[in-house]
Amino acid sequence: MGVITDNLDLWGEAIGGTLVLFFGGGLIALVLGFIVGAMRVSPIPIARAVGAVYVNWIRNTPLTLVMFFFAFCLPILLQQRLSAIALATVALGIYTATYVAETIRSGVNTVPVGQAEAARALGLTFGQVMGYVVLPQATRSVIPPMMSVFIALLKNTTVAAGFSVLNLGSVRSWMAEPPRSENQLVVLLWVMVIFVVLVLLLAWLQRTLERKWRIAR
Amino acid sequence: MSGSVLYDVPGPRAVVRNRIIGAVTILVVLVFLGWVLWRFYETGQLSPEKWELFSYTAIWMLFLEATGNTLAAFGVAAVGAVLLGFILALGRMSDHGWLRVPVAWLVEVLRAVPVLVFMMLLYYGLPVVGIKMTPYWAVVIALIAYNGSVLAEVFRAGVESLPRGQSEAAYAIGLRKSGVMRLVLLPQAVRAMLPVIISQLVVTLKDTALGFIITYHELLYLVKLLGNQALYHSPLIPSAIIGGSIYVALCLALSYLAYLVEKRTRRSPKVVTIADDGGEPPTATEAIAAGRGLGKYDASGL
Repeated sequence: MGVITDNLDLWGEAIGGTLVLFFGGGLIALVLGFIVGAMRVSPIPIARAVGAVYVNWIRNTPLTLVMFFFAFCLPILLQQRLSAIALATVALGIYTATYVAETIRSGVNTVPVGQAEAARALGLTFGQVMGYVVLPQATRSVIPPMMSVFIALLKNTTVAAGFSVLNLGSVRSWMAEPPRSENQLVVLLWVMVIFVVLVLLLAWLQRTLERKWRIAR
Repeated sequence: MSGSVLYDVPGPRAVVRNRIIGAVTILVVLVFLGWVLWRFYETGQLSPEKWELFSYTAIWMLFLEATGNTLAAFGVAAVGAVLLGFILALGRMSDHGWLRVPVAWLVEVLRAVPVLVFMMLLYYGLPVVGIKMTPYWAVVIALIAYNGSVLAEVFRAGVESLPRGQSEAAYAIGLRKSGVMRLVLLPQAVRAMLPVIISQLVVTLKDTALGFIITYHELLYLVKLLGNQALYHSPLIPSAIIGGSIYVALCLALSYLAYLVEKRTRRSPKVVTIADDGGEPPTATEAIAAGRGLGKYDASGL
Protein backbone atom coordinates (compact mmCIF):
# COMPACT_ATOMS: atom_id res chain seq x y z
CA MET A 1 0.00 0.00 0.00
CA GLY A 2 2.97 2.29 0.74
CA VAL A 3 3.80 2.35 -2.94
CA ILE A 4 0.54 4.12 -3.60
CA THR A 5 0.31 6.42 -0.57
CA ASP A 6 3.93 7.63 -0.89
CA ASN A 7 3.47 8.56 -4.52
CA LEU A 8 -0.12 9.75 -4.57
CA ASP A 9 0.46 12.62 -6.99
CA LEU A 10 2.32 10.34 -9.40
CA TRP A 11 -0.52 7.82 -9.40
CA GLY A 12 -2.98 10.66 -9.89
CA GLU A 13 -1.05 11.94 -12.90
CA ALA A 14 -0.71 8.41 -14.27
CA ILE A 15 -4.44 7.76 -14.04
CA GLY A 16 -4.99 11.20 -15.57
CA GLY A 17 -2.69 10.26 -18.45
CA THR A 18 -4.54 7.01 -19.02
CA LEU A 19 -7.89 8.82 -18.99
CA VAL A 20 -6.66 11.48 -21.45
CA LEU A 21 -5.43 8.73 -23.77
CA PHE A 22 -8.68 6.79 -23.35
CA PHE A 23 -11.14 9.64 -23.85
CA GLY A 24 -9.03 11.57 -26.38
CA GLY A 25 -8.29 8.44 -28.39
CA GLY A 26 -11.90 7.32 -28.06
CA LEU A 27 -13.22 10.64 -29.37
CA ILE A 28 -10.89 10.62 -32.38
CA ALA A 29 -11.72 6.96 -33.00
CA LEU A 30 -15.47 7.63 -32.87
CA VAL A 31 -15.38 10.60 -35.25
CA LEU A 32 -12.92 9.07 -37.70
CA GLY A 33 -14.48 5.61 -37.36
CA PHE A 34 -17.92 6.99 -38.10
CA ILE A 35 -16.65 8.71 -41.25
CA VAL A 36 -14.77 5.62 -42.44
CA GLY A 37 -17.69 3.35 -41.51
CA ALA A 38 -20.00 5.57 -43.56
CA MET A 39 -17.54 5.39 -46.46
CA ARG A 40 -17.49 1.58 -46.18
CA VAL A 41 -21.27 1.32 -46.60
CA SER A 42 -21.68 4.17 -49.09
CA PRO A 43 -22.86 3.66 -52.68
CA ILE A 44 -19.63 5.20 -53.97
CA PRO A 45 -17.14 2.51 -55.05
CA ILE A 46 -14.09 4.79 -54.64
CA ALA A 47 -15.06 5.75 -51.10
CA ARG A 48 -15.64 2.09 -50.26
CA ALA A 49 -12.22 1.18 -51.67
CA VAL A 50 -10.44 3.97 -49.76
CA GLY A 51 -12.18 2.91 -46.55
CA ALA A 52 -11.30 -0.74 -47.12
CA VAL A 53 -7.63 0.03 -47.75
CA TYR A 54 -7.42 2.16 -44.61
CA VAL A 55 -9.17 -0.41 -42.43
CA ASN A 56 -7.26 -3.44 -43.71
CA TRP A 57 -3.94 -1.68 -43.60
CA ILE A 58 -4.17 -0.26 -40.09
CA ARG A 59 -5.83 -3.37 -38.66
CA ASN A 60 -2.87 -5.41 -39.82
CA THR A 61 -0.36 -2.99 -38.33
CA PRO A 62 0.69 -3.53 -34.71
CA LEU A 63 -0.39 -0.63 -32.50
CA THR A 64 3.20 -0.37 -31.31
CA LEU A 65 4.26 0.31 -34.89
CA VAL A 66 1.54 2.94 -35.40
CA MET A 67 2.60 4.66 -32.21
CA PHE A 68 6.26 4.31 -33.16
CA PHE A 69 5.53 6.13 -36.36
CA PHE A 70 3.63 8.91 -34.64
CA ALA A 71 6.09 9.30 -31.77
CA PHE A 72 9.35 9.18 -33.71
CA CYS A 73 8.72 9.70 -37.43
CA LEU A 74 6.04 12.38 -37.49
CA PRO A 75 8.10 14.99 -35.58
CA ILE A 76 10.86 14.50 -38.16
CA LEU A 77 8.46 14.93 -41.05
CA LEU A 78 6.84 18.02 -39.55
CA GLN A 79 10.17 19.34 -38.32
CA GLN A 80 8.82 20.39 -34.95
CA ARG A 81 8.52 19.01 -31.46
CA LEU A 82 5.08 17.74 -30.52
CA SER A 83 3.83 16.68 -27.13
CA ALA A 84 4.24 12.95 -26.58
CA ILE A 85 0.78 12.45 -25.13
CA ALA A 86 -0.90 14.23 -28.05
CA LEU A 87 0.92 12.03 -30.54
CA ALA A 88 0.06 8.87 -28.59
CA THR A 89 -3.59 9.93 -28.39
CA VAL A 90 -3.81 10.50 -32.14
CA ALA A 91 -2.10 7.16 -32.78
CA LEU A 92 -4.57 5.36 -30.52
CA GLY A 93 -7.45 7.18 -32.21
CA ILE A 94 -6.33 6.28 -35.71
CA TYR A 95 -5.73 2.65 -34.74
CA THR A 96 -9.04 2.24 -32.90
CA ALA A 97 -11.00 4.06 -35.63
CA THR A 98 -10.62 1.01 -37.88
CA TYR A 99 -12.36 -1.17 -35.30
CA VAL A 100 -15.08 1.43 -34.78
CA ALA A 101 -15.61 1.58 -38.55
CA GLU A 102 -15.91 -2.21 -38.82
CA THR A 103 -18.32 -2.32 -35.88
CA ILE A 104 -20.54 0.32 -37.47
CA ARG A 105 -20.42 -1.45 -40.81
CA SER A 106 -21.42 -4.82 -39.41
CA GLY A 107 -24.05 -3.11 -37.25
CA VAL A 108 -25.68 -1.57 -40.30
CA ASN A 109 -25.48 -4.93 -42.05
CA THR A 110 -27.45 -6.64 -39.29
CA VAL A 111 -30.56 -4.65 -40.20
CA PRO A 112 -32.58 -6.81 -42.58
CA VAL A 113 -32.90 -5.29 -46.05
CA GLY A 114 -36.68 -5.71 -45.90
CA GLN A 115 -36.87 -3.13 -43.11
CA ALA A 116 -35.51 -0.35 -45.29
CA GLU A 117 -37.39 -1.56 -48.34
CA ALA A 118 -40.63 -1.48 -46.42
CA ALA A 119 -39.80 1.99 -45.11
CA ARG A 120 -39.09 3.25 -48.63
CA ALA A 121 -42.26 1.62 -49.90
CA LEU A 122 -44.17 3.67 -47.36
CA GLY A 123 -42.68 6.76 -48.98
CA LEU A 124 -40.29 7.75 -46.22
CA THR A 125 -37.40 9.95 -47.31
CA PHE A 126 -33.75 8.91 -46.89
CA GLY A 127 -33.50 10.90 -43.67
CA GLN A 128 -36.64 9.30 -42.26
CA VAL A 129 -35.56 5.80 -43.29
CA MET A 130 -32.27 6.32 -41.49
CA GLY A 131 -33.65 8.16 -38.49
CA TYR A 132 -36.73 6.07 -37.76
CA VAL A 133 -35.92 2.61 -39.09
CA VAL A 134 -32.29 1.76 -39.80
CA LEU A 135 -30.28 3.65 -37.20
CA PRO A 136 -32.39 2.75 -34.14
CA GLN A 137 -31.98 -0.93 -34.97
CA ALA A 138 -28.33 -0.64 -36.00
CA THR A 139 -27.43 1.31 -32.85
CA ARG A 140 -28.75 -1.41 -30.62
CA SER A 141 -26.73 -4.13 -32.28
CA VAL A 142 -23.65 -1.88 -32.41
CA ILE A 143 -23.52 -0.95 -28.71
CA PRO A 144 -22.17 -4.25 -27.26
CA PRO A 145 -19.34 -4.75 -29.79
CA MET A 146 -18.57 -1.02 -29.55
CA MET A 147 -18.08 -1.42 -25.82
CA SER A 148 -15.65 -4.26 -26.59
CA VAL A 149 -13.70 -1.90 -28.82
CA PHE A 150 -13.50 0.61 -25.99
CA ILE A 151 -12.41 -2.02 -23.48
CA ALA A 152 -9.60 -2.92 -25.87
CA LEU A 153 -8.79 0.78 -26.26
CA LEU A 154 -8.49 1.11 -22.50
CA LYS A 155 -6.04 -1.77 -22.39
CA ASN A 156 -4.16 -0.41 -25.39
CA THR A 157 -3.48 2.92 -23.66
CA THR A 158 -0.65 1.12 -21.84
CA VAL A 159 1.28 0.84 -25.11
CA ALA A 160 1.95 4.59 -24.79
CA ALA A 161 4.20 3.64 -21.86
CA GLY A 162 6.87 2.72 -24.38
CA PHE A 163 6.81 6.22 -25.86
CA SER A 164 7.54 8.38 -22.80
CA VAL A 165 3.92 9.11 -21.92
CA LEU A 166 3.07 8.94 -18.23
CA ASN A 167 0.14 6.56 -17.76
CA LEU A 168 -0.71 3.52 -15.70
CA GLY A 169 1.53 1.36 -17.85
CA SER A 170 4.61 3.46 -17.11
CA VAL A 171 4.15 4.33 -13.42
CA ARG A 172 6.83 1.77 -12.65
CA SER A 173 9.55 3.66 -14.49
CA TRP A 174 8.42 7.11 -13.29
CA MET A 175 8.72 6.37 -9.56
CA ALA A 176 10.63 9.29 -8.04
CA GLU A 177 13.36 7.45 -6.15
CA PRO A 178 15.74 5.20 -8.06
CA PRO A 179 13.36 2.34 -8.78
CA ARG A 180 13.72 -0.10 -5.90
CA SER A 181 13.23 -3.49 -7.37
CA GLU A 182 10.90 -4.85 -4.70
CA ASN A 183 8.59 -1.92 -5.38
CA GLN A 184 8.34 -2.79 -9.05
CA LEU A 185 6.45 -6.00 -8.47
CA VAL A 186 3.99 -4.34 -6.10
CA VAL A 187 3.46 -1.39 -8.46
CA LEU A 188 2.79 -3.68 -11.41
CA LEU A 189 0.41 -5.81 -9.36
CA TRP A 190 -1.53 -2.69 -8.39
CA VAL A 191 -1.67 -1.60 -12.03
CA MET A 192 -3.07 -5.02 -12.91
CA VAL A 193 -5.69 -4.73 -10.19
CA ILE A 194 -6.74 -1.30 -11.44
CA PHE A 195 -7.08 -2.59 -14.98
CA VAL A 196 -9.03 -5.67 -13.96
CA VAL A 197 -11.44 -3.46 -12.00
CA LEU A 198 -11.83 -0.95 -14.86
CA VAL A 199 -12.32 -3.63 -17.49
CA LEU A 200 -14.81 -5.59 -15.40
CA LEU A 201 -16.67 -2.31 -14.83
CA LEU A 202 -16.87 -1.65 -18.56
CA ALA A 203 -17.85 -5.28 -19.20
CA TRP A 204 -20.63 -4.96 -16.64
CA LEU A 205 -21.81 -1.75 -18.34
CA GLN A 206 -21.71 -3.59 -21.65
CA ARG A 207 -23.89 -6.42 -20.36
CA THR A 208 -26.34 -4.00 -18.77
CA LEU A 209 -26.75 -1.98 -21.97
CA GLU A 210 -27.02 -5.16 -24.00
CA ARG A 211 -29.82 -6.47 -21.81
CA LYS A 212 -31.58 -3.12 -21.78
CA TRP A 213 -31.55 -2.66 -25.54
CA ARG A 214 -31.95 -6.21 -26.67
CA ILE A 215 -34.24 -6.52 -29.68
CA ALA A 216 -36.21 -9.59 -30.51
CA ARG A 217 -35.83 -10.46 -34.16
CA MET B 1 -24.63 -3.83 -55.22
CA SER B 2 -28.00 -5.22 -54.43
CA GLY B 3 -29.10 -5.65 -50.90
CA SER B 4 -27.83 -2.66 -48.99
CA VAL B 5 -30.22 -1.37 -46.38
CA LEU B 6 -29.07 2.16 -46.80
CA TYR B 7 -29.95 3.08 -50.33
CA ASP B 8 -31.93 2.05 -53.36
CA VAL B 9 -30.60 1.50 -56.84
CA PRO B 10 -29.43 5.02 -57.74
CA GLY B 11 -31.37 7.05 -60.29
CA PRO B 12 -29.77 9.48 -62.77
CA ARG B 13 -29.40 12.32 -60.23
CA ALA B 14 -27.94 10.03 -57.57
CA VAL B 15 -25.50 8.62 -60.13
CA VAL B 16 -24.21 12.11 -60.91
CA ARG B 17 -23.99 12.99 -57.23
CA ASN B 18 -22.14 9.76 -56.44
CA ARG B 19 -19.66 10.44 -59.22
CA ILE B 20 -18.98 13.92 -57.85
CA ILE B 21 -18.42 12.59 -54.33
CA GLY B 22 -16.19 9.87 -55.78
CA ALA B 23 -14.10 12.49 -57.58
CA VAL B 24 -13.82 14.55 -54.39
CA THR B 25 -12.68 11.44 -52.48
CA ILE B 26 -9.96 10.78 -55.04
CA LEU B 27 -8.91 14.42 -54.81
CA VAL B 28 -8.68 14.35 -51.01
CA VAL B 29 -6.62 11.15 -51.07
CA LEU B 30 -4.31 12.54 -53.75
CA VAL B 31 -3.83 15.79 -51.82
CA PHE B 32 -2.98 13.78 -48.70
CA LEU B 33 -0.52 11.53 -50.51
CA GLY B 34 0.99 14.55 -52.23
CA TRP B 35 1.42 16.29 -48.88
CA VAL B 36 3.16 13.23 -47.42
CA LEU B 37 5.45 13.03 -50.43
CA TRP B 38 6.19 16.75 -50.18
CA ARG B 39 7.11 16.41 -46.51
CA PHE B 40 9.34 13.46 -47.39
CA TYR B 41 11.05 15.52 -50.03
CA GLU B 42 11.28 18.64 -47.85
CA THR B 43 12.91 16.77 -44.95
CA GLY B 44 15.30 14.95 -47.24
CA GLN B 45 13.90 11.47 -46.67
CA LEU B 46 14.17 10.70 -50.36
CA SER B 47 17.84 11.58 -50.59
CA PRO B 48 20.24 8.72 -51.37
CA GLU B 49 22.29 9.25 -48.18
CA LYS B 50 19.28 8.38 -46.04
CA TRP B 51 18.92 5.07 -47.80
CA GLU B 52 22.62 4.30 -48.11
CA LEU B 53 22.58 2.07 -45.04
CA PHE B 54 20.15 -0.28 -46.72
CA SER B 55 22.45 -1.04 -49.61
CA TYR B 56 24.51 -3.34 -47.39
CA THR B 57 23.82 -7.07 -47.28
CA ALA B 58 24.73 -7.18 -43.58
CA ILE B 59 21.86 -4.82 -42.77
CA TRP B 60 19.42 -7.05 -44.59
CA MET B 61 20.78 -10.02 -42.69
CA LEU B 62 19.96 -8.07 -39.53
CA PHE B 63 16.43 -7.57 -40.80
CA LEU B 64 16.20 -11.28 -41.53
CA GLU B 65 17.40 -12.09 -38.03
CA ALA B 66 14.96 -9.63 -36.43
CA THR B 67 12.08 -11.05 -38.49
CA GLY B 68 13.21 -14.47 -37.32
CA ASN B 69 13.07 -13.29 -33.71
CA THR B 70 9.57 -11.91 -34.24
CA LEU B 71 8.43 -15.15 -35.83
CA ALA B 72 10.14 -17.25 -33.15
CA ALA B 73 8.17 -15.47 -30.44
CA PHE B 74 5.00 -15.70 -32.51
CA GLY B 75 5.36 -19.39 -33.32
CA VAL B 76 5.85 -20.56 -29.76
CA ALA B 77 3.19 -18.15 -28.47
CA ALA B 78 0.67 -19.31 -31.10
CA VAL B 79 1.10 -23.01 -30.32
CA GLY B 80 1.10 -22.34 -26.59
CA ALA B 81 -1.96 -20.13 -26.79
CA VAL B 82 -3.97 -22.75 -28.69
CA LEU B 83 -2.99 -25.44 -26.18
CA LEU B 84 -3.74 -23.23 -23.18
CA GLY B 85 -7.00 -22.21 -24.85
CA PHE B 86 -8.05 -25.87 -25.09
CA ILE B 87 -7.15 -26.56 -21.49
CA LEU B 88 -8.92 -23.48 -20.14
CA ALA B 89 -11.97 -24.09 -22.33
CA LEU B 90 -12.26 -27.66 -21.03
CA GLY B 91 -11.90 -26.34 -17.50
CA ARG B 92 -14.59 -23.72 -18.04
CA MET B 93 -17.00 -26.26 -19.44
CA SER B 94 -16.35 -28.78 -16.67
CA ASP B 95 -19.28 -30.25 -14.78
CA HIS B 96 -17.45 -29.74 -11.51
CA GLY B 97 -17.98 -26.38 -9.86
CA TRP B 98 -14.66 -26.48 -8.01
CA LEU B 99 -12.88 -26.50 -11.36
CA ARG B 100 -15.24 -24.39 -13.46
CA VAL B 101 -15.50 -21.34 -11.22
CA PRO B 102 -11.77 -20.74 -10.58
CA VAL B 103 -10.95 -21.29 -14.25
CA ALA B 104 -13.69 -18.84 -15.24
CA TRP B 105 -12.15 -16.23 -12.94
CA LEU B 106 -8.67 -16.95 -14.22
CA VAL B 107 -9.85 -16.44 -17.80
CA GLU B 108 -11.61 -13.19 -16.86
CA VAL B 109 -8.54 -11.78 -15.13
CA LEU B 110 -6.08 -12.84 -17.81
CA ARG B 111 -8.20 -11.17 -20.46
CA ALA B 112 -8.63 -7.97 -18.47
CA VAL B 113 -4.92 -7.36 -17.91
CA PRO B 114 -3.18 -5.47 -20.75
CA VAL B 115 -0.60 -7.71 -22.41
CA LEU B 116 2.10 -5.09 -21.98
CA VAL B 117 1.53 -4.85 -18.23
CA PHE B 118 1.74 -8.63 -18.03
CA MET B 119 5.01 -8.61 -19.96
CA MET B 120 6.39 -5.95 -17.63
CA LEU B 121 5.30 -7.98 -14.64
CA LEU B 122 7.19 -10.98 -15.96
CA TYR B 123 10.27 -9.03 -17.00
CA TYR B 124 10.62 -6.32 -14.33
CA GLY B 125 8.46 -7.60 -11.51
CA LEU B 126 9.27 -11.27 -11.11
CA PRO B 127 13.06 -10.88 -10.62
CA VAL B 128 12.10 -9.49 -7.19
CA VAL B 129 10.94 -12.93 -6.12
CA GLY B 130 13.91 -14.56 -7.75
CA ILE B 131 12.46 -15.55 -11.10
CA LYS B 132 14.53 -14.08 -13.90
CA MET B 133 13.71 -14.53 -17.53
CA THR B 134 14.88 -13.21 -20.87
CA PRO B 135 12.68 -10.70 -22.74
CA TYR B 136 11.89 -13.52 -25.17
CA TRP B 137 10.19 -15.64 -22.53
CA ALA B 138 8.43 -12.64 -21.00
CA VAL B 139 6.93 -11.87 -24.42
CA VAL B 140 6.03 -15.49 -25.15
CA ILE B 141 4.49 -16.25 -21.75
CA ALA B 142 2.46 -13.03 -21.69
CA LEU B 143 1.16 -13.70 -25.19
CA ILE B 144 0.30 -17.31 -24.34
CA ALA B 145 -1.58 -16.25 -21.19
CA TYR B 146 -3.60 -13.51 -22.89
CA ASN B 147 -4.36 -15.17 -26.19
CA GLY B 148 -4.89 -18.54 -24.53
CA SER B 149 -7.62 -17.09 -22.37
CA VAL B 150 -9.24 -15.36 -25.35
CA LEU B 151 -9.10 -18.57 -27.37
CA ALA B 152 -10.62 -20.46 -24.43
CA GLU B 153 -13.68 -18.25 -24.77
CA VAL B 154 -13.67 -18.80 -28.53
CA PHE B 155 -13.62 -22.60 -28.14
CA ARG B 156 -16.32 -22.45 -25.50
CA ALA B 157 -18.49 -20.22 -27.69
CA GLY B 158 -17.94 -22.67 -30.53
CA VAL B 159 -19.03 -25.66 -28.46
CA GLU B 160 -22.01 -23.86 -26.97
CA SER B 161 -23.21 -22.73 -30.37
CA LEU B 162 -23.62 -26.35 -31.49
CA PRO B 163 -27.14 -27.75 -31.46
CA ARG B 164 -27.93 -29.66 -28.24
CA GLY B 165 -28.83 -32.69 -30.28
CA GLN B 166 -25.17 -33.25 -31.07
CA SER B 167 -24.14 -33.97 -27.49
CA GLU B 168 -27.42 -35.72 -26.68
CA ALA B 169 -26.97 -38.09 -29.60
CA ALA B 170 -23.35 -38.70 -28.63
CA TYR B 171 -24.34 -39.58 -25.07
CA ALA B 172 -27.16 -41.74 -26.40
CA ILE B 173 -24.77 -43.96 -28.36
CA GLY B 174 -22.86 -44.54 -25.14
CA LEU B 175 -19.89 -42.20 -25.40
CA ARG B 176 -18.33 -40.91 -22.21
CA LYS B 177 -17.92 -37.22 -21.43
CA SER B 178 -14.41 -37.17 -22.87
CA GLY B 179 -15.53 -38.98 -26.00
CA VAL B 180 -18.43 -36.60 -26.56
CA MET B 181 -16.07 -33.65 -26.31
CA ARG B 182 -13.20 -35.11 -28.28
CA LEU B 183 -15.06 -36.96 -31.04
CA VAL B 184 -18.19 -34.88 -31.52
CA LEU B 185 -18.17 -31.38 -30.09
CA LEU B 186 -14.62 -30.08 -30.42
CA PRO B 187 -14.05 -31.06 -34.07
CA GLN B 188 -17.19 -29.19 -35.07
CA ALA B 189 -16.47 -26.23 -32.81
CA VAL B 190 -12.91 -25.86 -34.08
CA ARG B 191 -14.03 -26.06 -37.67
CA ALA B 192 -16.69 -23.41 -37.16
CA MET B 193 -14.34 -21.18 -35.19
CA LEU B 194 -11.25 -21.60 -37.37
CA PRO B 195 -11.48 -18.10 -38.93
CA VAL B 196 -11.81 -16.54 -35.48
CA ILE B 197 -8.92 -18.61 -34.18
CA ILE B 198 -6.68 -17.50 -37.03
CA SER B 199 -7.62 -13.85 -36.57
CA GLN B 200 -6.71 -14.20 -32.90
CA LEU B 201 -3.35 -15.48 -34.08
CA VAL B 202 -3.00 -12.30 -36.13
CA VAL B 203 -3.50 -10.42 -32.86
CA THR B 204 -0.74 -12.55 -31.34
CA LEU B 205 1.58 -11.70 -34.20
CA LYS B 206 0.77 -8.00 -33.87
CA ASP B 207 1.35 -8.08 -30.13
CA THR B 208 4.86 -9.48 -30.50
CA ALA B 209 5.70 -5.85 -31.38
CA LEU B 210 5.08 -5.02 -27.72
CA GLY B 211 8.33 -6.86 -27.06
CA PHE B 212 10.03 -3.72 -28.38
CA ILE B 213 9.03 -1.92 -25.18
CA ILE B 214 10.63 -4.52 -22.93
CA THR B 215 13.78 -4.61 -25.10
CA TYR B 216 13.14 -7.85 -26.97
CA HIS B 217 15.28 -7.74 -30.12
CA GLU B 218 12.49 -7.96 -32.66
CA LEU B 219 11.85 -5.94 -35.82
CA LEU B 220 10.86 -2.67 -34.22
CA TYR B 221 13.90 -2.78 -31.96
CA LEU B 222 16.12 -3.12 -35.01
CA VAL B 223 14.27 -0.26 -36.74
CA LYS B 224 15.00 2.03 -33.78
CA LEU B 225 18.60 0.86 -33.61
CA LEU B 226 19.27 1.48 -37.31
CA GLY B 227 17.32 4.73 -37.22
CA ASN B 228 19.74 6.18 -34.68
CA GLN B 229 22.91 5.54 -36.67
CA ALA B 230 24.12 9.14 -36.89
CA LEU B 231 26.98 8.04 -39.13
CA TYR B 232 24.42 7.13 -41.76
CA HIS B 233 22.31 10.32 -41.31
CA SER B 234 19.91 8.71 -38.80
CA PRO B 235 17.65 6.98 -41.36
CA LEU B 236 14.77 6.47 -38.91
CA ILE B 237 11.99 6.95 -41.45
CA PRO B 238 13.48 4.69 -44.14
CA SER B 239 14.13 1.94 -41.62
CA ALA B 240 10.64 2.37 -40.15
CA ILE B 241 9.21 2.02 -43.65
CA ILE B 242 11.13 -1.19 -44.27
CA GLY B 243 10.51 -2.75 -40.84
CA GLY B 244 6.88 -1.65 -40.87
CA SER B 245 6.32 -3.16 -44.31
CA ILE B 246 7.66 -6.51 -43.13
CA TYR B 247 5.31 -6.45 -40.15
CA VAL B 248 2.28 -5.46 -42.20
CA ALA B 249 3.12 -8.04 -44.86
CA LEU B 250 3.31 -10.83 -42.27
CA CYS B 251 0.02 -9.82 -40.65
CA LEU B 252 -1.73 -9.34 -44.00
CA ALA B 253 -0.65 -12.81 -45.10
CA LEU B 254 -2.08 -14.36 -41.95
CA SER B 255 -5.28 -12.30 -42.20
CA TYR B 256 -5.66 -13.40 -45.80
CA LEU B 257 -5.43 -17.00 -44.64
CA ALA B 258 -8.21 -16.31 -42.13
CA TYR B 259 -10.28 -14.80 -44.94
CA LEU B 260 -9.75 -17.81 -47.20
CA VAL B 261 -10.66 -20.21 -44.40
CA GLU B 262 -13.76 -18.17 -43.61
CA LYS B 263 -14.85 -18.31 -47.25
CA ARG B 264 -14.37 -22.08 -47.29
CA THR B 265 -16.13 -22.47 -43.97
CA ARG B 266 -19.12 -20.55 -45.24
CA ARG B 267 -19.50 -22.84 -48.24
CA SER B 268 -18.82 -26.08 -46.43
CA PRO B 269 -21.90 -28.18 -45.63
CA LYS B 270 -20.03 -29.77 -42.72
CA VAL B 271 -20.14 -26.59 -40.70
CA VAL B 272 -23.16 -25.71 -38.64
CA THR B 273 -24.05 -22.12 -39.39
CA ILE B 274 -24.25 -20.11 -36.25
CA ALA B 275 -26.99 -17.57 -35.56
CA ASP B 276 -28.50 -17.78 -39.00
CA ASP B 277 -31.25 -15.20 -38.96
CA GLY B 278 -31.54 -14.51 -42.62
CA GLY B 279 -29.33 -11.44 -42.85
CA GLU B 280 -25.68 -11.30 -43.77
CA PRO B 281 -23.56 -14.34 -43.03
CA PRO B 282 -22.48 -14.03 -39.40
CA THR B 283 -19.30 -12.11 -38.72
CA ALA B 284 -16.70 -13.36 -36.30
CA THR B 285 -18.04 -11.12 -33.58
CA GLU B 286 -21.57 -12.37 -34.01
CA ALA B 287 -20.42 -15.95 -33.98
CA ILE B 288 -18.86 -15.31 -30.61
CA ALA B 289 -21.82 -13.29 -29.48
CA ALA B 290 -23.88 -16.34 -30.23
CA GLY B 291 -21.99 -18.03 -27.45
CA ARG B 292 -23.50 -15.47 -25.11
CA GLY B 293 -21.46 -14.32 -22.16
CA LEU B 294 -18.42 -12.11 -22.27
CA GLY B 295 -16.67 -13.97 -25.00
CA LYS B 296 -16.87 -11.23 -27.54
CA TYR B 297 -15.18 -8.26 -26.04
CA ASP B 298 -11.72 -8.99 -27.16
CA ALA B 299 -12.22 -11.41 -29.95
CA SER B 300 -12.86 -8.61 -32.42
CA GLY B 301 -9.21 -8.65 -33.34
CA LEU B 302 -7.79 -6.06 -30.98
